[in-house]
Amino acid sequence: MSVFKFPESIRSRPVYGILEPRPGRSHLMIADCEGAEAILDLAAQASDLMANTHIIFIPNGTLFGPKLQELNPAQYYEGPSFAAALSRIQRVLSDAVMGLQIYLTGTEGMMGQAQNEAMQAGYDYTAIQTEHRGSVARRMQCVHCKGITEDVIIDPFECSHCGLNLFVRDHYSRRIAAFQGVCIDAEDPGNVPASVELYS
Amino acid sequence: MTAPAPNSTAPKSIGAEKIKVIVSAIVPLNNLVTRFEFKRIDGYQFPTFSGGAHTVVEMQDGDLKRSNPYSLMSDPAETETYAISVRRDDQGRGGSLFLHQKVQVGATMTLSSPVNLFSLDLRARKHLFVAGGIGITPFMAQIKQLDAVHGNWELHYSCRSPELGSYVDELCAKHAHSVNIYYDDKKQSIDLENLLDGQPIGTHLYVCGPKGMIDWVRRSAASAGWPDAHVHHEEFLAPQPGKPFAVRLAKSGLSVEVGEHESLLEAIERLGVEPPYLCRGGACGQCETDVLESEGIFIHRDHWLEDDEKSSGIKIMPCVSRFDGKILVLDR
Ligand code: FES
Repeated sequence: MSVFKFPESIRSRPVYGILEPRPGRSHLMIADCEGAEAILDLAAQASDLMANTHIIFIPNGTLFGPKLQELNPAQYYEGPSFAAALSRIQRVLSDAVMGLQIYLTGTEGMMGQAQNEAMQAGYDYTAIQTEHRGSVARRMQCVHCKGITEDVIIDPFECSHCGLNLFVRDHYSRRIAAFQGVCIDAEDPGNVPASVELYS
Repeated sequence: MTAPAPNSTAPKSIGAEKIKVIVSAIVPLNNLVTRFEFKRIDGYQFPTFSGGAHTVVEMQDGDLKRSNPYSLMSDPAETETYAISVRRDDQGRGGSLFLHQKVQVGATMTLSSPVNLFSLDLRARKHLFVAGGIGITPFMAQIKQLDAVHGNWELHYSCRSPELGSYVDELCAKHAHSVNIYYDDKKQSIDLENLLDGQPIGTHLYVCGPKGMIDWVRRSAASAGWPDAHVHHEEFLAPQPGKPFAVRLAKSGLSVEVGEHESLLEAIERLGVEPPYLCRGGACGQCETDVLESEGIFIHRDHWLEDDEKSSGIKIMPCVSRFDGKILVLDR
């Protein structure tokens, strides 16, 4: 099951919707992992979009690639990681003209980083559609050393840079595209509760 | 030197902060449009503003006090002088006629502090301006603001005729490559579809002019896939004259008859009640007022209330809307 309903939280926490077809001159769809399913759902509603669609997909071990290609988008790219796809995404955005619709779907970390790229290209983030699919693991920033730890699925967790024990907050930074992790045992070093899986 | 602290009585809203000015110049631009320039009486400097801001001009016309919003069109960084350009509206309630016919250089008047409901989005990679007629005024200030920082902008300005093309000469002389003029009487019109196609990502679109033009631009942009957040508009909504009607203010325990040429908001202010407002043009939502009792028909003219709120009969925007009926009681 790739759909997860996040409980309500603080305002800082991003909320996601369900991708819907919108009028546009061209369409950029960026997905990772199970996000592919959201694109397949979208294409089922509006197959005519595909003639002007550029799909950028990061499978991360999933096997959706061929299905996405069967949609016959104007352009299709598959990359092994977000970092690998990044220069492609930046190039597409820098060449884009208004009338472009942007659809992001998959993990929060991928959507956040892709949204950030679109924002830097001057595209208002409120106009970007997002739909969460798949893992609820998060991209976390350590507020102490500023290092980023990807794919955090337990709380608390150990910062992969400075080693502090970090509490997973819902406090989010759009600019950094990461949630904030705060030292959980600063007052009483070593007193760290057992980690639990996020949303378990 | 900075502007003095506001009066000791706390203002109800930003728009209520007042500046006493003297009319320092009156410059007729053409048959319909005249520029009015103001200097402060107290010798202090005006606050700087951001392009797109308006000021509310108070006009004491005999017994009648009108307060109309006008876009500031002077350089936003210029603190000695404020300027507005006013199109004479022979059909209106008389605010523009009063300015055109009764105000002279040296007259003292009262302006509100600037309020901006049509500001530039400074994250934009490019600013695309579409102006119709007197709708050019906010862009005059925005262009000066952007020029100071070498901003990227382009103007498409449609006027009735060369004779009525306010500021066309000035704009073309300074910015030949960024300004495009279209004259109705020469059957020239903005090729909007092509204009919207191919604008670089991060472009923001701004439109100010008659209602038909605003609707056309917004509709075209939406169907070409421009996100709402990239499309900005300002519509000049002047309160319209109408049949007089009576209103009772429950909180203040006062009653007043709203005159033919006065807005409901102005009538309430005439009683000494100070309701909140910013735009006085039905756009900002500040003046939203609860209706406690009514018997009659609401004449809603604002862009603020949703349709269901308008038909519910429990809300009114007194800056532009009127009422036709026997009983109207407001929560003021
Ligand atoms: S004052 Fe802005 S809507 Fe009435």
